[in-house]
Amino acid sequence: MPEPLVSIRGLDVRFNGIPALRGIDLDVGRGEAVGLVGESGCGKSVTWLAALGLLPHTAKVAGSVRLEGRELLGAASGALDNVRGGRVAMIFQDPASALNPVQRVGRQVGEALKLHRGMDDKAARAETRRLFELVGIPDPARRIDVYPHEMSGGQNQRVMIAMALAGQPELLVADEPTTALDATIQAQILDLLRRLQRETGMALVLISHDLGVVADMCSRVCVMYAGRIVEQAPSEQIFARPAHPYTQGLLGALPDMVGPRRRLSAIPGGVPEPWNLPSGCAFSPRCHLATPACSLQPPLLRVEDGHEAACIHLHAREGVFA
Amino acid sequence: MSLLSVRDAAQVYTTRRGLFGGRVDVRAVDGVSFDVAPGQTLGIVGESGCGKSTTGRLALGLERPSEGSVTFDGQAMPAPGTADWRAMRAKMQLVFQDPLGAMDRRLTIARQIEEPLEIHGIGDKAERAARVAALLVDVGLRADHGLRHPHELSGGQRQRAVLARALATNPSLLVCDEPVSALDVSIQAQVVNMLTDLQAARGIAMVFISHDLKVVRQVSHQVAVMYLGRIVEQGDPDALFADPAHPYTRALVSAIPVPGPRRLERIVLAGDPPNPADRPTGCAFHPRCPVAIARCRTDTPALRHSPCGRMVACHLVDTETRIAA
Repeated sequence: MPEPLVSIRGLDVRFNGIPALRGIDLDVGRGEAVGLVGESGCGKSVTWLAALGLLPHTAKVAGSVRLEGRELLGAASGALDNVRGGRVAMIFQDPASALNPVQRVGRQVGEALKLHRGMDDKAARAETRRLFELVGIPDPARRIDVYPHEMSGGQNQRVMIAMALAGQPELLVADEPTTALDATIQAQILDLLRRLQRETGMALVLISHDLGVVADMCSRVCVMYAGRIVEQAPSEQIFARPAHPYTQGLLGALPDMVGPRRRLSAIPGGVPEPWNLPSGCAFSPRCHLATPACSLQPPLLRVEDGHEAACIHLHAREGVFA
Repeated sequence: MSLLSVRDAAQVYTTRRGLFGGRVDVRAVDGVSFDVAPGQTLGIVGESGCGKSTTGRLALGLERPSEGSVTFDGQAMPAPGTADWRAMRAKMQLVFQDPLGAMDRRLTIARQIEEPLEIHGIGDKAERAARVAALLVDVGLRADHGLRHPHELSGGQRQRAVLARALATNPSLLVCDEPVSALDVSIQAQVVNMLTDLQAARGIAMVFISHDLKVVRQVSHQVAVMYLGRIVEQGDPDALFADPAHPYTRALVSAIPVPGPRRLERIVLAGDPPNPADRPTGCAFHPRCPVAIARCRTDTPALRHSPCGRMVACHLVDTETRIAA
């Protein structure tokens, strides 16, 4: 297997001693699209904020994050500035608050071009225009000079994507990029991300609570729960044959779009508080399969090629999926 | 016999265009009609600015329609703020998306559930306490949850508490405006199940407003799809989502990312939803419509019965040019 673009090993994050991430191992290959799904507080965003050194100083980060073999954790901020917005770019859920409201959008994109690609004013303006065209902003020559509040949420997210592309990233981390957008606009932005990924060959990490969005966009999916990856597999496998009871629960809780309506199989209870995690498998208090053996932390076990799940009952139930 | 009946309701707001611009009329809701029977749910779907929340406010009598009428239980809705209106309001309640914003942070949950009983003068102190305890059980909360403050509960528990408060006066109509949109998937399923159980047990009529088509299909007996203040398609949820007739509904349904293989070919609409203050002529959807013809620019299509058994507002439905799949 070729060396992955990003390799995360044993990533641990604590805020004031309270665990947010508990040993994340994750590889992202060149040009690969990986989805991270899970509910609020499961650590899907923190994983990437920690990897890029974007967490506040109160956060204790341990483990290793390598970008093509070079360690990022604890690297000098000068070295990180080259990575952030350059080799790895990130976009967020709420574009309106990520953009500077009192600066014209073109200038904000131009700033990234000057910083990461050493362009002068004129070159940056021309390149900004090209990027606006690339991300499908109508009338780019005029839109360069407007302020964020003069554009819709979907257009602002396109500006954010243009800004992310300014540094010609090898990896784009998109954190809930369409959650704040309407359904038809979400479809436009997802389409754009898919096209850009194909055209530029960059890798994509898509963080989302929406299993549908991830299934649509990513070839591989990691499901997170309470600061750990509990299952990872190629998209088709995880949705056709989910192995971890939590993944099965998430899929069962989604209403169907076709076929007869059935009562939703809700997962009982709620996500545990991070300061009050059960010992062993954090999902066990909500799990219908839980036994006393679940009080030991299960490692990721092989389900089939490229498909792993952290559940000790996996092998006992193997017959179900054979 | 319908409980809530809305006929040709329109709501017009006047707003200024820019700082010095002239006044413009914004028709947030335009000619909307529907009925909701006891024990039934009408789902309203659409994107931001389509008028779905305003429709909910009209249904509750929180606003009086500029045109058309709203009748509840056979009576015309009294003017907001009057004694008649307040008496009628006990029978209809609203549940919002953000439970924390809908609650008083300084009061305990039990206190907040009791408040509507006090306002409407229902029962004495002991009866009210018993009723609060019963309501907590009905929405799946424990007695000790009643003693806590809103910030001490999780999002799902807060939404249950809001629902308990809404149910306190034993309403016959519940308007839910994005009630589960802020909740995580696993909690969303719990609340959706609870809503359908409560409806079955109490025969409550519901108007369920959401942008989430999957959840709307799950809870609704009837669905109305809104675009820029108008209903563009209305009918049975299973049929409507399986074989949408209006080009906008088709795009909306095809845009939902679902795990597993895709059923409809994805239709990605160009452009943004238009500004209600700048409504396109003719069919408001025509600038984004992949199948629009010249007539769509000039004539506004009426919502009428179509051969598919639903109400559709499109010139192209039920003609030869019916948009082929």
